[in-house]
Amino acid sequence: MPYPDSLKQLIKKVEETRPERIVKKKAGEEFPALSLDDRGKVLQAFHPDVKEEGRRAIEIGPNKGYRIANEMVDLLEAKSRVNPEDVDLSNVDYETDVLVIGGGGAGTAAALLAQEQGAKVIIATKLRHGDANTMMAEGGIQAATKGWKDSPYYHYLDVMGGGHFTNKPELVETLTNEAPDVIRWLLEMGCNFSKYPDGILKTMHGGGTSRKRMHYAADITGAEMMRTVRDESRNRPDDITVIEFSPAVELILNDKGHCAGAVLYNMETAEYVVVKAKSVVMATGGSGRLHVQNFMTTNHYGATGDGIVIAYRAGVPICFLHTIQYHPTGVIFPEQAEGILITEKFRGAGANLVNVEGNQFVFEREPRDIEAACIIKECVNVNKGVPTPSGKFGIWLDSPMLDAMFGEGYVKKEFPGKHILFSRFGIDIGLEPMLIYPTLHYQNGGLEFQADSTTKIPGLFIAGEVGGGTHGENRLMGNSLLDIMVYGRISGENAGKYALNGAQDGDLSLEHVAKYNAEIEAADIDGSRIAPMLLPDYTLEHVKEKQLTANYEGTMR
Amino acid sequence: MSDTAVVTEEVQEVKAEMVPVYIMGKRYDVPNSLTIMKAMEYAGYQYIRGAGCRGGVCGACATVYRLPGDYHIRVGLACQTVVEPNMYLTQIPFFPANRAVYDWENIKGEAEEVFQAYPELFRCLACNACTKVCPMDVPVMDYVAAIKRGDLEKAAELSFDCIQCGLCATRCMAEMAQYHIAQMVRRINGKFIAPHSEHCHKQVEAIKSGYYTDKIKEVMELGTVDPFDDSTKTDKIDKLIELYKARETEPHTAVEDWKPESDFALLK
Repeated sequence: MPYPDSLKQLIKKVEETRPERIVKKKAGEEFPALSLDDRGKVLQAFHPDVKEEGRRAIEIGPNKGYRIANEMVDLLEAKSRVNPEDVDLSNVDYETDVLVIGGGGAGTAAALLAQEQGAKVIIATKLRHGDANTMMAEGGIQAATKGWKDSPYYHYLDVMGGGHFTNKPELVETLTNEAPDVIRWLLEMGCNFSKYPDGILKTMHGGGTSRKRMHYAADITGAEMMRTVRDESRNRPDDITVIEFSPAVELILNDKGHCAGAVLYNMETAEYVVVKAKSVVMATGGSGRLHVQNFMTTNHYGATGDGIVIAYRAGVPICFLHTIQYHPTGVIFPEQAEGILITEKFRGAGANLVNVEGNQFVFEREPRDIEAACIIKECVNVNKGVPTPSGKFGIWLDSPMLDAMFGEGYVKKEFPGKHILFSRFGIDIGLEPMLIYPTLHYQNGGLEFQADSTTKIPGLFIAGEVGGGTHGENRLMGNSLLDIMVYGRISGENAGKYALNGAQDGDLSLEHVAKYNAEIEAADIDGSRIAPMLLPDYTLEHVKEKQLTANYEGTMR
Repeated sequence: MSDTAVVTEEVQEVKAEMVPVYIMGKRYDVPNSLTIMKAMEYAGYQYIRGAGCRGGVCGACATVYRLPGDYHIRVGLACQTVVEPNMYLTQIPFFPANRAVYDWENIKGEAEEVFQAYPELFRCLACNACTKVCPMDVPVMDYVAAIKRGDLEKAAELSFDCIQCGLCATRCMAEMAQYHIAQMVRRINGKFIAPHSEHCHKQVEAIKSGYYTDKIKEVMELGTVDPFDDSTKTDKIDKLIELYKARETEPHTAVEDWKPESDFALLK
């Protein structure tokens, strides 16, 4: 759908204010950034995280009493999909050194490094290898590679400030120190980051960065990284086995309390299979498909927080799940593209956010939570949102000003993916602005882990979005692609070494699952829920009311 | 918060006109504003295969369709393509493909190595069916031609937008899996042909040599705030916040060799 006339009329107001905004931008006059105090105020008033009716305290498990999103609590207070007594642990279907749960960027990096220690690796993944949020990350990856103006020191400060100074210092230190080495590693694997002819890597700002350190590969940075590491894993078929459409539904411990494998569910044949492993890397990613508070999401189809659920049952505490990242700029119109992420790189390159009158109301490079809260405020409180034909409100992201500043064709060249997407709807984003609204994007928190990827359960390692603490209460752009590679590599290396040197064999057990189920019954919680969710259910009521004999196990039939 | 500003993935109360589509030959009436993916869910399908990122980059939902009275084969990504009345469609969530295994550590970056890994390149008949079927408008036949004449840099550039959905391989008379070949070529381009990024290696060395260690330790010692414990908001944290506020921001329009006023914690 091209923009209807009602929106085309409103675009004229954006065009009217554009020349003056460009003059200011060129003179280095930015819309004033909020002070730390004002940031706090807008978050307290308008960020979805603070909505008390949206959350409740968990009643069981290691973090009893912790108030987080209802949708996540529903899963944590749910019984197992399969009765643990029905699983025959004496009948092992696969045996390996390292089991990696999750086939995204973190899991694949872990598999490569574990293999390099000499370990045999199985990657178990819910969808196809690479169907993950990594693939969708567009903007870039932060790393202080330019010693003349940047260093891990400044990167560290930016990360801490972005996370409201709540981040775990050791995790941030490792993240920022390892960053340039991750870029080097990817370059040597043949990843095509954008460069100048002299070899200097192109970098730009993201929200909350003090130096331009966001490296990118056009606007498909995550896809380029994912397909590179996936390709390399396919060069090692003797050592790395990938089992697709088989999510883990439980961790298996042994009688010493060490992690010793997982139960997988083959979604195509409905079989449960047992994988015995000497160590396990949890790399299941995030949970946007829980649609917290009914928000749309940028996440891939399988982002349902499974790893959090099964590791929590096994006794791993969670942290920072009281905050969720709403990406400020998801598409709100055209409806077909709803929820799709518009990379922050547009704002990093200088595109203004403007309201229905064509006026700026926020600096375009605030950290994500602040930016999102300001957009929500402008729409629901100030009432200067742009009305969409589908009855919602959005804000203009003025992409054409980039063409006006950097030359005709800039948007098409720098953002080819988004340019094609919108052109399918008859919209040229080099000429017309985009309509955006905040969308569920990132699970800031997750499972507790240390800078060497270990957890309180020996043999269980963490990598990527499933872990919490690195980003504190809010992640900066470009630090998740970094996170998955830094902790993917560390978890793989350490899980590989542990499997070959430190792991102790023992009898396999699912006792922790039985115990957790019993706790749910004892706590008088609705015992009909099961978890992990695996996939969201988008079946509509008009279908469901006729599915008279369909059997739904949770969301899946 | 106004509910009008909150939306879910689910199909909202639809005012749109209903149109017939034929999913694997079987008719369903669906709202005309939906993508093929949402239309299939509207019809009652629950995806296991055939859905991935739902954002047009993962290649899981390649779809082939025809329109009535028209011999052309049309393609699209189910998550990106809006339904058309009377379209006959099927998804192709998987197609077997040959992928060569190569030892990356010993690759030298020569076109010969690609030829050896994928000799089927030279069976290309230049029929262009691959390009016609690409949902990303990648000029597949052109990049295959570039590889054949040894221009790997050009091939890497032309194939960059490939999402590896595999539709090209379904149509190839030479039975190639073009997208796997292009992947090998792009990796060679990234490592051997693209200019070397010396500054990155220099920084890695500096970090490994401990050049920044003391300064980072100093700032780490200022600690962190426990969001549920106000007593952790100490003087040290105030100092950390001061450092954060005082950091110099590279101007937006700064040139590449911009240097901050202070050279604290920078390579000299």
